[in-house]
Amino acid sequence: MASMTAEDLNPDTAEFILEVADVRKAFPGVVALDNVQLKVRPGTVHALMGENGAGKSTLMKIIAGIYTPDQGEVRLKGQPLTLQGPLDALEAGIAMIHQELNLMPFMTIAENIWIRREPLNAFGMINHDKMNQMTEALFERLGIDMDPETEVRKLTVAGRQMIEIAKAVSYESDVLIMDEPTSSLADREVEHLFKIISDLRAQGKGIIYITHKMDEVFEIADDISVFRDGQFIYSAAASDMTSNEIIKLMVGREVTQMFPKEEVPIGEVVLSVHNLCLEGVFEDISFEVRAGEILGLAGLVGSGRTNIAETLFGVTPPTSGSIYIDGKEEIISSPHQAMLRGLALLTEDRKETGLFLGLSVEENMEMAVLRDGYTRGTFVEQNRLDQECDSMKERLRVKTPSMEERIGNLSGGNQQKVLIGRWLLTKPRILILDEPTRGIDVGAKAEIHKLITELVKQGVAVIMISSELPEVLGMSDRIMVMHQGRVTGFLNRSEANQVNIMELASSPVEMPVIEE
Amino acid sequence: MNNTVETTDQLEVVKKRKKKIPTEVSIFLVLVGIALLFEVLGWIVRGDSFLMNPQRLLIMILQMSIIGIIAIGVTQVIITGGIDLSSGSVLALTAMVTASFAQQSDYLRAVYPALTDLPWVLPLLAGLLIGALAGLINGALIAFAMIPPFIATLGMMVSARGMARAYTDGQPVSMLTDQFTWIGSGANPVIIFLAVAVLFHIALKYTRYGKYTYAIGANPQAARVSGINVRRHLIMVYAIAGLLAGLAGVVASARAGTGQAGMGLMYELDAIAAAVIGGTSLAGGVGRIAGTVIGALILGVMLSGFTFLGVDAYYQDIVKGAIIIAAVVIDQTRQRRRLKAAA
Repeated sequence: MASMTAEDLNPDTAEFILEVADVRKAFPGVVALDNVQLKVRPGTVHALMGENGAGKSTLMKIIAGIYTPDQGEVRLKGQPLTLQGPLDALEAGIAMIHQELNLMPFMTIAENIWIRREPLNAFGMINHDKMNQMTEALFERLGIDMDPETEVRKLTVAGRQMIEIAKAVSYESDVLIMDEPTSSLADREVEHLFKIISDLRAQGKGIIYITHKMDEVFEIADDISVFRDGQFIYSAAASDMTSNEIIKLMVGREVTQMFPKEEVPIGEVVLSVHNLCLEGVFEDISFEVRAGEILGLAGLVGSGRTNIAETLFGVTPPTSGSIYIDGKEEIISSPHQAMLRGLALLTEDRKETGLFLGLSVEENMEMAVLRDGYTRGTFVEQNRLDQECDSMKERLRVKTPSMEERIGNLSGGNQQKVLIGRWLLTKPRILILDEPTRGIDVGAKAEIHKLITELVKQGVAVIMISSELPEVLGMSDRIMVMHQGRVTGFLNRSEANQVNIMELASSPVEMPVIEE
Repeated sequence: MNNTVETTDQLEVVKKRKKKIPTEVSIFLVLVGIALLFEVLGWIVRGDSFLMNPQRLLIMILQMSIIGIIAIGVTQVIITGGIDLSSGSVLALTAMVTASFAQQSDYLRAVYPALTDLPWVLPLLAGLLIGALAGLINGALIAFAMIPPFIATLGMMVSARGMARAYTDGQPVSMLTDQFTWIGSGANPVIIFLAVAVLFHIALKYTRYGKYTYAIGANPQAARVSGINVRRHLIMVYAIAGLLAGLAGVVASARAGTGQAGMGLMYELDAIAAAVIGGTSLAGGVGRIAGTVIGALILGVMLSGFTFLGVDAYYQDIVKGAIIIAAVVIDQTRQRRRLKAAA
């Protein structure tokens, strides 16, 4: 592939809605961006691709006014921008939809959307009727079906995402930045989002779209720019690139096998679950997992997959039903008891329930084994633990300057590896992985998949929850599909495909509101 | 994936890390700076040395050791992301109860005329027990009744002070035995303070107890999922804080030779101030005993220095307040920088 710069891109379109030229941004000790460029044409979706740490998020934060560049400039419709903060960017016509959602949970949808711009009545008070009408008009444009007066806390993550998008659209921005908008959406919701994006594109807006999902890129993007290690690598029309080429550009090498699934001898039943029930959340769940087997759990967000994982691990004990481990019935009422019985749970939300952000890499890794043979009396056998953590770090190829580094300074993929290391140190026999590769880069993803394969080879029973169908299909021996807290079917590896999984997982279209 | 760009970046990070001064060292430098400032002011204002007076230094450390003992417990509570407002009142309650078990037999108005001239261990144990019990209640309210630490310990602060007054209808408990008052004599409070500091420095750094304390402060949910019994541990931390407030009450009553319901007024705030000045973050997950000890010494030097210079107590409080605010501002900027680096 010949090297090519953004200048060569569609020479007939002279004007760009947004241009980034020669931008450099350094943080103490790290150059996050160097000599970066980006040119977005009006009426297109421009995908930004790159591994975590490639500098995409930093670049977006510069465009959205959160960071100021050390060098270079950002031009909106040819005019250089000097942004003092995110509000400046918003007023200039650039709206960003953050990966972490920034909505106020106890305010209504309408209040969240029009905050700071509320319509007032004659007395200078907020005119709620008008605000709700404005919201409805906005939703009509976007094809969203929600009640403007619903409190945001009652919405699912997907619902909140829609609100963030509606809010960005309400600013009539010229440029919309979406940072992994689909990372918490189920397929049906993604479809809806893509329809909204297509409408915005038709209105001539420039959409910058960050994602790790290759199939999405080819479905939605017109142009693609690839970044690596804080540098601009390549840009071209999406139709001129293949996914292998993009991956090669992103990692600087070829990823030959995304899902290194190997045939592993399947052993005895290790875990079996009978009529497990958590009132109001899931009902009548029965399944079993064998040593060396990967059981995939598929279903839409909110179908109860994560709740089952949490119940098995004692976070939320079941209201009825039974759990058998090695054929023996066990009552698991706390994570500690689950750990004693050989279970481990990598939780879905790294930041909320996984990481100790302020603590070091080592402290994060060792936290679950402080009682298992690494203590003498109350004292921690730090030397032995140091060695174990160190070799775990090597084994998982965690990239960190030292074990004393704060975990918050690591990339998402490396954080995830540390958390996996935390659980591997407990030597689990049943490993539950909830979205093990969410929001991490292609290279780290492949490494984690390889690791899972290694573990089942050693006879570990794995339950893997994932919203990415290719991952579920690629890794699982069997797939359990759920819908609204019930199991709708099991599929064997040989018979499963995206279509039959989706059939089992779907139901009539619902509003993304949790019914309570 | 190991390309050169990333490795050089990592090296830069490593270099930067090595240059960074530990928080304790920078706080210690602040302590030295303040002491030197008083030294200079001393020569200018009074023509006398502030530091070259062992007597004054001993008094200063003695004054701080009682607050210091409390602050060691409070530091641990703050590391878990909580707060303890009750320690000053718990000190008063323990001082009263302890003193009532340490009275001499030749005193006619003893609280328990039948229980006089007891060996020193009994009042000591009584004090520790009362303190631990108060802390246990704090912890249970927080861990099981899910009451915010601020409110739970505020309630204890008010109630314990009331109990201290009700215990003898506000009368002081005096005429304590010599073997009991020995606990507070000479440099003993300082020795107790330093012993407690060393003990909990080790506990926080090298034991499971310490690691769990930091983990709960950093992310209670992640701590729970990691198999830590968060409720039980929180109760333990608050009970230890109460125990140390109780110990401070024993030392205070032994030193004063009396138990009085007004003892330890506002000590909880000085203890929190010592922890915060020492680098403990109110956001939880961050803090060290060494920092708190230095923080307590800074408060002590200020008190002693202003008294030495003849500055009015009102002005002392004004400056003390400003220093507490400054310490939190520094903590906030530090956190913000950390977040930025992480982004």
